[in-house]
Amino acid sequence: MTAAAIDDVHRREWARVVAALARSFGDLDVAEDAAAEAFAVAVERWPHIGIPDKPGAWLLTTARNKALDRLRRESTRSHRQAAAHDLLEARATASDDLPGTGPVDDDRLRLVFTCCHPALAPEARVALTLRLIAGLTTGEVARAFLVPEPTMAQRLVRAKRKIAAANIPYRVPAPPELPERLDAVLRVVYLVFREGYAPSGGQELVRAPLRDEAIRLGRLLVELLPDEGEALGLLGLLLLHDSRRTTRVDDAGDLVLLADQDRAQWNTDAIREGVSLAAQALHRGRRPYALQAAIAACHAAAPSAEHTDWQAIATLYGELARLDPSPAVELNRAVAVAEVEGPGAGLALVEALATTPGGAALARASHLFHAARADMLRRAQRDAEAADAYRDALARNPTAPERRFLLQRLEEISSK
Amino acid sequence: MKYALLGYGPPAGLDSLSPAERATWDADDARFQALLSERGCVVFGVPLDHVTTATTVRIVDGEPVLTDGPFADTSEVLGGILVIDVADLDEALDIAKQCPAAGVGPLEVRPIPARE
Repeated sequence: MTAAAIDDVHRREWARVVAALARSFGDLDVAEDAAAEAFAVAVERWPHIGIPDKPGAWLLTTARNKALDRLRRESTRSHRQAAAHDLLEARATASDDLPGTGPVDDDRLRLVFTCCHPALAPEARVALTLRLIAGLTTGEVARAFLVPEPTMAQRLVRAKRKIAAANIPYRVPAPPELPERLDAVLRVVYLVFREGYAPSGGQELVRAPLRDEAIRLGRLLVELLPDEGEALGLLGLLLLHDSRRTTRVDDAGDLVLLADQDRAQWNTDAIREGVSLAAQALHRGRRPYALQAAIAACHAAAPSAEHTDWQAIATLYGELARLDPSPAVELNRAVAVAEVEGPGAGLALVEALATTPGGAALARASHLFHAARADMLRRAQRDAEAADAYRDALARNPTAPERRFLLQRLEEISSK
Repeated sequence: MKYALLGYGPPAGLDSLSPAERATWDADDARFQALLSERGCVVFGVPLDHVTTATTVRIVDGEPVLTDGPFADTSEVLGGILVIDVADLDEALDIAKQCPAAGVGPLEVRPIPARE
């Protein structure tokens, strides 16, 4: 009987318990507190009595009793809770046979859609999802986002209060709204992952758990919505990015460019699974996450940087640009086209991009635009213009290793 | 569950629209009114007159003080109120998204707490 075994039950059962309680009691606060109390009882008792045969059922029963105790104590609570209380008292043995209202009948899915409701602020969605679905403590969520714990606690309280006061429904959206609402859910998982992926030096270790949580959430969505191609695509994308987690940063904590990473150290299991998920996702529909996963798969599957299938990547970026256009996607497409057709073709796309409002904004703010353009100019032997472009990139706050890389290139060109 | 839909917009209200925009507004509004009567969810709804016609009352040191105009000088002012009674926030937002006022300025959806 180890703490690890209880941790494992916590991982598997937390969201299920919270979600079932949320449906019975119609209140996320009651659900969260009762679930936490039940797990506290488990931590105390299981080392003596052993883990029950059905730990989930044990936890749910314990949590229900805790919630009922609380409601009895606070009998002057709102009508909604009083009604839930009566309902539960009437059903002496609480069963889980309420009919589903959405395409998939799983309380956890209801909870996911409630936590990621578009009427909540994005940071509230992320915090609720990590607390109520992933089961992180408020302190853990706060540390992951580098905010003081009272700030995070306040954010969670406010979000739960809004859900209750504004009557945000606890259900899986009907098919017509599902794609849009699912996008919001996938976005939350992606944000959690990106937060954990932020290459901001000393914070790397603090945030590493967020990548694992994002992947677990991605797996949960695939489990709950096995036919949604975009859920498969997102999980594939996360796994493929994460397959490089040990090579992205060198021993000094500096970012390593994709082309310079030691591919032998990439996580082959993650790549295999990610590539397979990308293929399944594309098969279900050529949508944004599926396409991004396929692009990541092209990079991950290449035996070396020189053997990257840039033609496939350029085509996929072209498709992504039509479906979900953004200046960043267009810049990436230009880089891929430059690899396939030569720097002139890439430059033509970059110059065209700079004439659009979004592209001009990217050029003003981001060193990446100028670094990509500089590299194309260098390869086109337009050294004077390339040098200017490297200087433009250096003037836009690149990270330390990028700065070293850009300075080195600038020096090579200037000394020709 | 009742919700208030509070429509904000330019101080000139519908007078700020061009004739063509006004025609579009009228058509959109007719469609919206049909939707509302089909759903039978309206508790109460009114447009508000220009803010220049407003009088603001404050009690200062126990004495009422009147001010000509709205309480705050903002670029967007409250232009109309609609109270609906629907199942949940999703239904309220679905109606709000189809309200033509949302095309003129922000439309705030606020739950009205039930009296205990």
